[in-house]
Amino acid sequence: MRIHFKTSYEHDIRLFQDRWTLGVYAALLALAFALPYLIDEFYLGEVTNVLIWAIAGLGLMLLTGQTGQASLGHAAFLAVGCYTNTILIEQGLPFVIAFPLAGVITGVIGTIVAIPALRLHGIYLAIATIALSILADDIIVLMEPWTGGVSGKFPEMITIFGFEIERWTMPSRFYYLVLVVTICCTLFYRNLLRSPLGRAFAAVRDSEVSATAMGVHIARTKATAFGLSCMITGWAGALMGYYAGTFNNETFSIVISITLLMMIVIGGLGSIHGAFFGAVVVAFLPQALSILKDGLVGGGVAIPGLETGVFGMILILFILFEPMGIYGRWLKIRIWLELFPFARKDMFRRQKSYLKTERLR
Amino acid sequence: MSLLEINNATLKFGGVVAVNDLSFSVEEGEVYAIVGPNGAGKSTVFNLISRFYEPFAGKFTFDGQNLLDREPDEVADLGIARTFQNIELFDHATVLQNLLVGRHRHRKTTLLEEMFFAPRVRREEHRHREAVEEVIDFLDLQPYRNKMIAGLPYGVRKVVELGRALASGPRLLLLDEPASGLSVEETQDMRWWIDDIRKQMGITVLMVEHDMGLVSGVSDRVLALADGAKLAEGTPAEVQSNPAVIEAYLGAGAA
Ligand SMILES: Nc1ncnc2c1ncn2[C@@H]1O[C@H](COP(=O)(O)OP(=O)(O)O)[C@@H](O)[C@H]1O
Ligand SMILES: [Mg+2]
Repeated sequence: MRIHFKTSYEHDIRLFQDRWTLGVYAALLALAFALPYLIDEFYLGEVTNVLIWAIAGLGLMLLTGQTGQASLGHAAFLAVGCYTNTILIEQGLPFVIAFPLAGVITGVIGTIVAIPALRLHGIYLAIATIALSILADDIIVLMEPWTGGVSGKFPEMITIFGFEIERWTMPSRFYYLVLVVTICCTLFYRNLLRSPLGRAFAAVRDSEVSATAMGVHIARTKATAFGLSCMITGWAGALMGYYAGTFNNETFSIVISITLLMMIVIGGLGSIHGAFFGAVVVAFLPQALSILKDGLVGGGVAIPGLETGVFGMILILFILFEPMGIYGRWLKIRIWLELFPFARKDMFRRQKSYLKTERLR
Repeated sequence: MSLLEINNATLKFGGVVAVNDLSFSVEEGEVYAIVGPNGAGKSTVFNLISRFYEPFAGKFTFDGQNLLDREPDEVADLGIARTFQNIELFDHATVLQNLLVGRHRHRKTTLLEEMFFAPRVRREEHRHREAVEEVIDFLDLQPYRNKMIAGLPYGVRKVVELGRALASGPRLLLLDEPASGLSVEETQDMRWWIDDIRKQMGITVLMVEHDMGLVSGVSDRVLALADGAKLAEGTPAEVQSNPAVIEAYLGAGAA
């Protein structure tokens, strides 16, 4: 068991609590950079996919896990990021400008959309944002000259100062690009968490009245969260476009929105780890299922809705038995190991110690 | 000039007159208590000062400034902090994080600086932390610093909420039933804290409280409220012996 003797406030401010944690993450980073030399191109592609989903997960996590605002409209922002990036590059902007800008534009659009939507709470907000997912499809078709409508678009090859990156022919270069974006987004997220704004997000999530009483402007904070969330989501969308190689009005459907939300719930709401754990599940579940299915009923047999069904079931099981998601479970296992053999059986039992009323207090 | 002045405030909820033509003022440096039976409108007065409710009529002045010109989130900037009758903490955050939210009104850094954790953000974080640590020392919250609110006992939460309000460095502190649900010892602690908050920190306190022991122990002046209107005002002893107050508490005939 590790015991922290904190000797300065810096202990709680810096990125890594102690040498051990720093070591673990340094090793993880080294492994991530060495990965193209360790696994073959197929699996590298899969890992790239996980990272892209993780970025999208971070985007939604900031809004839902951190600020407590559910959204079923984030596929629309994936689309905005993806199309904006492609169009900007077609207009002649270099990737190093177009890509960051695509995220920023998505963020601005997200903020504008958020202002009316954020008057709604909880399930009502979720329902309202569904409309975004549905509208996105129509808007893409309507804006055919820009978006290519139903026939879709192919993103151009990425060039960064003459250095070419292509998902199929140079998977390791594309992997590194995605990895760098992942690291940047994770750092942004972490930095926000340890700053006043990140705490204001949590304050809005947990109690709007007392956040207000502490001087937090609720609507502005929510809109900021929405904007930042959409910015990260926009970057994920742009990368998804490159990863898929082609996209049209149906690529970013409502199903993607639902998958994203389920992903962060399964991963563990309110944590960076949760976005990554959830991404692993989302990215590998289809593969795992098809391998299982082939083994059980033989290949070639199609079971419609199998993936969605299993995914939904996993979600329900998590909500019932582990509302903190995979990250929550992971924490418990870690604490259990650290305390071994002193862990007590009911240590993690949730306790209700007082009643909350709905009235304004 | 009084620090807080309320003149002829009225608020109705449908047919219920929650606050009825109420006037009172709180002087700088005093502890002013509001007492009254349940439903008298005490919390509603707090919510009016916090600008959660728009009064039907009345003037609200804090330090010479019109409170009604302020949005609810701007009230904290004036130096008014509060606690809630039913504890409103950020349950999925630690005690430390809760207290740090109290510092929100002192936030100077921008979104961009925070995203990159610029040196200024780090400096400011140290400053916020120092302020919060003073509060932690004052309220003996050291054992709970990194504990999640969700697992804390009721009494500790009450103290954390007081701490969060103090962390904002207020001039006026509104305490809504600070001792309700507390044990005898905890109520004693609360009494010394309120005394020290006024004497050492020079913060003016406006509180709602049922515990008459606590009220007479710490407050300079007491306002008795019934059905949203002023019943009596004066020193604790004066108010306690006022026939109208006794009647409101014990019902007709008991006086
Ligand atoms: N948000 C509200 N909506 C409707 N009625 C309310 C609301 N808040 C308070 N009231 C009513 O106003 C009156 C005063 O309530 P309150 O200020 O909470 O009393 P207390 O003195 O016990 O704190 C009560 O009759 C209560 O039912
Ligand atoms: Mg009350």
